[in-house]
Formats: sequence, C-alpha cells, structure tokens
Amino acid sequence: MDRSYEGIMSRQIEIIKKSIGVDYDKFEIEGIAFDYQKMMKEAGYTISEIQKIQRETAVGNTPLVELKNLNALISRCSDRGKGARIFIKDEQTNPSGSFKDRRASVSVYRAKELGYKGVIAATSGNYGAAVASQAAKRGLKSIIVQECFDSRGVGQPEILEKERSCAAYGSEIVQTTVGPELFYYTLLLLEETGFFNASLYSPYAIAGIETLGWEIAKQTQQITGRFPDVVVSTHAGGGLTTGTARGLQKAGATNTLVVGASVDLRGLHMASDEDFNRKSFTTGHTGFGIPFAVFPDRSDVPRNAARVLRYMDRYVLVTQGEVFYMTELLAKLEGLQRGPAGNTSLAAAFALAREMNEDEIIVVNETEYTGAGKLPSAQLTFAKQNNIEVKRGDPIKEDKPGERIVIPESPLQIGYIEIPMIQLKESYINQLFKRLNKTEFTKKEIEFIAEDIKESIGTVQKLIEKLRDNF
Amino acid sequence: MKAKKGDWVQIHFVALKPQERSEHLPEDTKKVPFEIRIKGFLQNDEANVGDLVSIKTPIGRIVEGNLEKINPKYEHNFGEPIPELLEITMDSLFEGDRNG
Repeated sequence: MDRSYEGIMSRQIEIIKKSIGVDYDKFEIEGIAFDYQKMMKEAGYTISEIQKIQRETAVGNTPLVELKNLNALISRCSDRGKGARIFIKDEQTNPSGSFKDRRASVSVYRAKELGYKGVIAATSGNYGAAVASQAAKRGLKSIIVQECFDSRGVGQPEILEKERSCAAYGSEIVQTTVGPELFYYTLLLLEETGFFNASLYSPYAIAGIETLGWEIAKQTQQITGRFPDVVVSTHAGGGLTTGTARGLQKAGATNTLVVGASVDLRGLHMASDEDFNRKSFTTGHTGFGIPFAVFPDRSDVPRNAARVLRYMDRYVLVTQGEVFYMTELLAKLEGLQRGPAGNTSLAAAFALAREMNEDEIIVVNETEYTGAGKLPSAQLTFAKQNNIEVKRGDPIKEDKPGERIVIPESPLQIGYIEIPMIQLKESYINQLFKRLNKTEFTKKEIEFIAEDIKESIGTVQKLIEKLRDNF
Repeated sequence: MKAKKGDWVQIHFVALKPQERSEHLPEDTKKVPFEIRIKGFLQNDEANVGDLVSIKTPIGRIVEGNLEKINPKYEHNFGEPIPELLEITMDSLFEGDRNG
C-alpha cells in the first residue's frame, strides 16, 4: 500500500467512509446542497438518548454558577440600570475536565456499538483527553494525533500538558510538527489500524453537545425563572456554538441570543512554523474561528455537522491579555481557577454585560480545567521566552498578536472587537466561488446557502450578485 | 547512556521531507520536514540515542524511528510568577473599600 502523501490523500474518501460509519451520500441534494437537518436526525441521536449515553460515563449535569462577586464588579463598572448578571456553566466538572467529554462520549459510544476496536482523534486540545478518557471507560484503545512542536522541537506548553493527560488515560500519542499534514498522518493511522475516526465534526460529536445547551436553558430557568437573554460560547471550530444553540432551541429557549467569542490572533498564520509558538492560546481563537465559520466543510468529514453561521447571532473577539486578566479575576474574586478557552467567552461576557440591562442574564459557555502548561503563568513565561512583550495597558488599542500581550490596567478596559456577521456571510459566499470555481448556483443550492448562513433567499441572491462582480 | 529492551522511550522520524509536503504551506513551513515523535517501550535488546529502533506503543502498535529520548520527562510546568498578573488584587479592583 502506498503510504506517501499523494497515495494516502488519493484514498481519503474511502478511508473516511470506512472509519466513520456514516453514509453521507444519503444526505446529498445537489451540488453544494445537502440536507443538514436530516443528517443530524438520522445520524445523530435524540436528546434523551444522548443523556442516557452520557449518564453511563458520568458526563454532563454540570453546575451553573452565578458569579456574584464578579457581577458586583460589573455593577460598579456600569452605568445606572446596566450590568447583566453572569452565570457560568462549569464544564470543568466533566470526567476529563471540559465540555469535550460530551462530544467524545457519543463518538466513542458509537464506535463501540459499531464494533470498532479503537478510536483515533486528530486534536491538540481538550478533545484528545476527552476521547482518551471516554475510550478508557468503554474499554477501547485510543490514538491521539496532536500538532505539538515547531521545527526546533519546542512544544507549546498547553499541548504538552494535553499529551500528559492523554497518556494518563492510556492513549498512544502521536506528536507532529506544524502543518496540515496532521490530517494525512491521521488518515494513514486510520487505514493501518481500522479504528473509528472520532472526528470533532461528525453528527455524533455535535449531537453530544446539545445536552449542554439543553442544561443551560433548563438550569437558568430553574434558578432565575427565565431563559438566558444571551449565551456566549468560546468559538473555534464551531462545534460548541452549534451544539449549544441546537440544545437551547430543543429546550424551548428560541429567543436566546447566541454570541460566539474568539481570541484575536489575526495576522498569525496557523500553518506557519515560526508563528506556531508566538501564540499563547492553542484554541478558541480566530485561526480556527473564522475559517471554520466561513467554510465549515474544510474539516475531516465530507459534511461538517458544526455549521456556526446557522446559529450565531453575533461574533466578538477579545485579546489574549484580556483573557489572562479575566482568568485572574475568576480565581481571585470567585475562587474558581479555570483554563484559558472558557475564559475567552467570560472576557467577552464581562464587556457585553456592561452594555446590557441589570435585569438581564448572560450565560458563559463554558469552563475547562487548568494546570501546568495551561496557567497564565506558564503561558506568559513561555511568551516572554519567545520574545513576546508582556505589559499592562489598554488591551484593545495596544494588542499585537505574536508581538505584544497587553494586560488591562482596569476592568473598564475590557472590551471586545465586533466582527459583523454580514462580513462572515460574504466570506462564506466568496469561499464557495473560490473553492467551486463558479458563481452561478441552482435554486436548490441557493436554498441551501440561505439555510447555511441564516439569511433569506432574496438576501443570498443579492449577496451573490454583489460579490460576483469582484470575483 | 544505553536503553534496554522494555525501557520507556521516545522515537523521532521524518514522515514527509520538505519536497513531499502539501503544496499549500507558508514559506517557512515549506522549508522544514514534517516530523513525528511517539513514545513507547523499546523492542530492541539495547540501543543508543540516534539508533534506528522499534517501539511498542501503549496500545500495542509497533512503530520504527530513531531513538531520541530515554524515559522522556514532562517538561511543561507552572511557569514563573508574572508581575503583570500579581498586581491584580481584590484590593486594586474594589479600591480597598469592598467591605467598608
């Protein structure tokens, strides 16, 4: 068997088909159009089925915590009548320490049900630990493939911590240098082992997150008597926001505004060997957030189940320095030491809460575990070693990804950068033009695009006409 | 130092040489190979760092590569205290009058 890059990539479709147990052809409609809801219904599971699967491995039912001291600070920092109450969904209490257990639980259950001997996941983040932990619970083997080192052999501290965590659960860990060929090597391993592809983007993985949105809706209602006005989710590949929004809707919280928040790393190239260790965040950032929003089908499955433009109402960015600052506030004011990815949405929520009315409720989705490699002290020590300037100042004005991290001098300096949704939707259409090399679409394709970016057919037609002239 | 059969080791190998890599890469990444590191139990009777060896991973897969580290240690840590963060205290946030 030809194991060269070209050899493996030429067998991509058959390897994926064999390793995931979903017949994606069933959901194809025409051209770019496919039946997303049918895929989620037939290949996924209902909320009650997922709850049962997750109960078996102690996943979910995490606390929703009101951040009372932080809310008092928000109140002091806000105009009269402003300052929404923040609640945080404490997902660190899942078995491997993050919401990713929800995602992994259903994938691993499915792998076991279909008779696979093991699972493989390509991930440098918490998902690896989640797959490893769930595989251990179900008696399956696991291989985690992570992009970890630059060409000097220097590993990102957070990813090194993830390796330690996966190793603790008995996984084999394959650590690569920087590059998208991580996908090539994952395919090679899937073919060699015949294991299940526990993709982050399968219908099972996304269905697994729906319980999170469901719990947020139900718990907020139970504590406050109403659904949340806003849920802020840390946004990277789109799974958390997609799954949570679907769960909120299923629980009846159809008027809750869904906001995605990412760390601003614009200007750093995600496949660049030199940029790799110039960032202090390994996920929840724009390097995943923007590309996956505007072209979800770049993932490792034929049809990505995480399609965030269907669900996101607003998209905001925060800086690395603000997230480090919020991590300190959460620990020092609330006694909660939590990891970086979750605190991204918390930083955005802090700024948003100051603009909202005091009787409104904002839920921060989610928290994750922290520790060696993940702490602000570990990341900022590493940043300084890589010649990144760390200073106090105005984060929004002075931040420069890859060069300078600015820790706010006051909570009043916590803000956000709004990326207008229309900008993402236009990028989505431009991506279709570029990738398909066409600017004309059939009626069914236009209907699909309208659904996929949550716009009317008329608006989609107008956008296509407008953008076609510049293509 | 020599590693013996059964020792926990790390191997390293080049999976793709620069010219074998994906076409769509930034200039800096194009110049370097795509490398892989895996840990497992040494299968050879004995070996020195740099030797071509085979290992058995914790899930039982046999992989070949060059011996890079013997009993590789966890190198990540909690970092150093960061003055820019230490300055953030409850007192500074609430101007010292929270309970006053």
